[in-house]
Amino acid sequence: MPSYVIASKCDGCKAQDRTACQYICPNDLMTLDRQKMKAYNRDPVMCWECFNCVKLCPNQAIEVRGYSDFVPMGASVSALRSTEDIMWTVQFRNPEIKPKRFKFPIRRGVGEGQIQPHGHYATASDDLKSPMLMGEPSALNTEHGPVTFTALPELARTRSPNGGK
Amino acid sequence: MTEFKTVVVETDLLICGGGMAACGAAVETAHWAKKQGLKVTLVDKAAVDRSGAVAMGLSAINLYVDLNSGNNSLRDYVDYVRNDLMGITREDLVANIARHVDSSVHMFEKWGLPIWKDDKGGYVHEGRWQVMISGESYKVIVAEAAKKALAEAGGEYFERVFLTHPLMVDGKCVGAIGFSNRENTVYVFKAKAVLTAMGGAVHVFKPRSTGEGLGRSWYPPFNSAGSAAFTLYAGAEMTCQEVRFVPVRFKDAYGPVGAWFLLFKSIATNALGEDYMQTNAEELKKWGPYGEAKPTPANLRNWLMMLDIQKGKGPIYMRTEEAIKRISQAMPDEKAARKKLKELESEAWEDFLDMTIAQALLWASTNVEPDKKPSEIMACEPYFIGSHSGASGAWVSGPKDLQTSETEGDYFWGYANMTTVPGLFAAGDASGASSHKFSSGSFTEGRLAGKAALQYIVEKGNGVTASDAQVQALIQEILQPLDTFEKNKDYSTDPDINPNYLRPKQFMSRLQKIMDEYAGGVSTQLATSKAQLEKGLELLAFLREDANKLGAESLHELMRCWENRHRLLQAEAHMRSVLFREETRWPGYYVRTDKPALDQENWLAFCNSKYNQETGEWTMVKRPVKYLTTDSPR
Repeated sequence: MPSYVIASKCDGCKAQDRTACQYICPNDLMTLDRQKMKAYNRDPVMCWECFNCVKLCPNQAIEVRGYSDFVPMGASVSALRSTEDIMWTVQFRNPEIKPKRFKFPIRRGVGEGQIQPHGHYATASDDLKSPMLMGEPSALNTEHGPVTFTALPELARTRSPNGGK
Repeated sequence: MTEFKTVVVETDLLICGGGMAACGAAVETAHWAKKQGLKVTLVDKAAVDRSGAVAMGLSAINLYVDLNSGNNSLRDYVDYVRNDLMGITREDLVANIARHVDSSVHMFEKWGLPIWKDDKGGYVHEGRWQVMISGESYKVIVAEAAKKALAEAGGEYFERVFLTHPLMVDGKCVGAIGFSNRENTVYVFKAKAVLTAMGGAVHVFKPRSTGEGLGRSWYPPFNSAGSAAFTLYAGAEMTCQEVRFVPVRFKDAYGPVGAWFLLFKSIATNALGEDYMQTNAEELKKWGPYGEAKPTPANLRNWLMMLDIQKGKGPIYMRTEEAIKRISQAMPDEKAARKKLKELESEAWEDFLDMTIAQALLWASTNVEPDKKPSEIMACEPYFIGSHSGASGAWVSGPKDLQTSETEGDYFWGYANMTTVPGLFAAGDASGASSHKFSSGSFTEGRLAGKAALQYIVEKGNGVTASDAQVQALIQEILQPLDTFEKNKDYSTDPDINPNYLRPKQFMSRLQKIMDEYAGGVSTQLATSKAQLEKGLELLAFLREDANKLGAESLHELMRCWENRHRLLQAEAHMRSVLFREETRWPGYYVRTDKPALDQENWLAFCNSKYNQETGEWTMVKRPVKYLTTDSPR
């Protein structure tokens, strides 16, 4: 299901510091034609249709058309992604099937750009040689318990007679 | 030849890759590097926000041991992985990841990843080891943490730089070299230790879809054997190169089946409505202690399904309509059933939309309403992946503290996750024999490998760097395809048909045809034999020679040339390993028709391999399987 660019909607991201689709495509497919100032997918058969270009395009100029070798025509999936959630619309080939609309969260409790990578859990050992990682052992525990680790979990070398859990 | 600028970057630790394992390494090493005054540099061929296997998102975290609940022990998990891989697993590596992975998942939640919660505030389990997430932005979140951690520790990251080769001095890895796929620049990274985490390999075998759907592989097409080639070029010993992974997924779009099988308790049947896991149960007895194990190993589940297809009993269906009916019938009244149905519908579609959007489009295009009709499932083409139920990757040292007196001599050599090449570490899809790590375990293994690499730098790191001569020779080799194309392109009127070069996609097609037909691809129903493999290797040798005639029109194509050269090495490692192991151990992944049975006496062992870049020779060696757990089946 390769991505394609709607010519009338694409402005080549001329107002931005970089072309969004070209920046994000994990497979280096989206390309800006500098003469036309329009983007295009340079190798649709290598497209994983991850929708990352669709989601990031500031002009909603990119859509996806199902792979011609196995997807019957006429249906569509479109995404509208904000900083907190994503809205999906799924239209069926059969127009009598009611389109599905879904909204799913993409982040919870921490805004975009607000992540603190470190410092959520105390690190017990400063020794680089210790098998304990940053934030351990406290990060192994939750408030639900009931087990609390004060050291790394151990591997039982032999099975208990009842075979364990 | 086109002018290229050379940029030299000096660092202490170089992280090759930007996926889950690389991000785990970045977050962990940033913490320790700050204290030690060390510099960490990460290099990604794409944009970290959306690179690697989690680029599209994920609908579940497939490794959460949940140790803290007391429901599972580390031992339970190790037993599960060992059985799933038919006994071929490094328990020390598996246990090491598993004893840390819960801490990574808890950290993801602190970073804002929406993990589904039950009424009591606990995680919603998809299965015993899996938790459900709203993971559209899983990678974006992890990337933000990794980039920020690096910045806070004075590190750097490079995007759109494609690494092709390690830099080596006296058998030690001291950096990496590659080029920008945006501007004419070669990048030379000089480092005291290198961690490779550049993913698995897709498009080595011919996919089932060969038209526009070529790119709709289950694992991403940008996983192009970068890790395997990097470690092979370095001369590192590889393991489990025969243990390819063949997942069963919804047919054609390869949407996930985990939620259906595990969360909704659906079954799959053949076209006659028979549950092949029951009607073919007798077959399981042929496969040693593993056939009797619960859950049944992934490859044996594939195999029982394939037996029905071979008997002409296909198509095979996921009985979504029956699963939904069962769940709603269990509700106390009609109102509750309607509510439950709505909930299930949303969960089922989110499962696709979070990670395989094509499957949602395929369902919509074929008017599938899962409560009304079943959907076809099928075994995908083979992939190379150290993180799921495959096992291919580099042979790495385990951690010291988990070894027994019996295992230490074989499985420990100084630093956790270091390959047999000093200074070269591997994690995620790059390391082998430690299956089932998935996204969270790959991230965790990156943390482990990263920390161990810093320890190596502090204890053994010195300022040895690759010579200018080595760098110059590599630059010439790396850029050769541009030169080849430029020199010859005007000879014919069609740039695609020219006797003087092969374009990267043509090269890839040839590789895929060889692998498909001789190494047990989908067209032979995953079957191969000694004679087939030997013929395939003969044809692969021609392809290896022709690799020197690859032509690239652009930087993009130059990357494609090297991706395919990397795939070629993965292909050869695979064929030689399948040839070396004279038994069939993973039916459902592949069958050696000339050696169709399990041979515990001779082959409960690792098949390891090494490549000599100078001579082009391969060395195969058997390594012992030794368990940490004294009452494991032998």
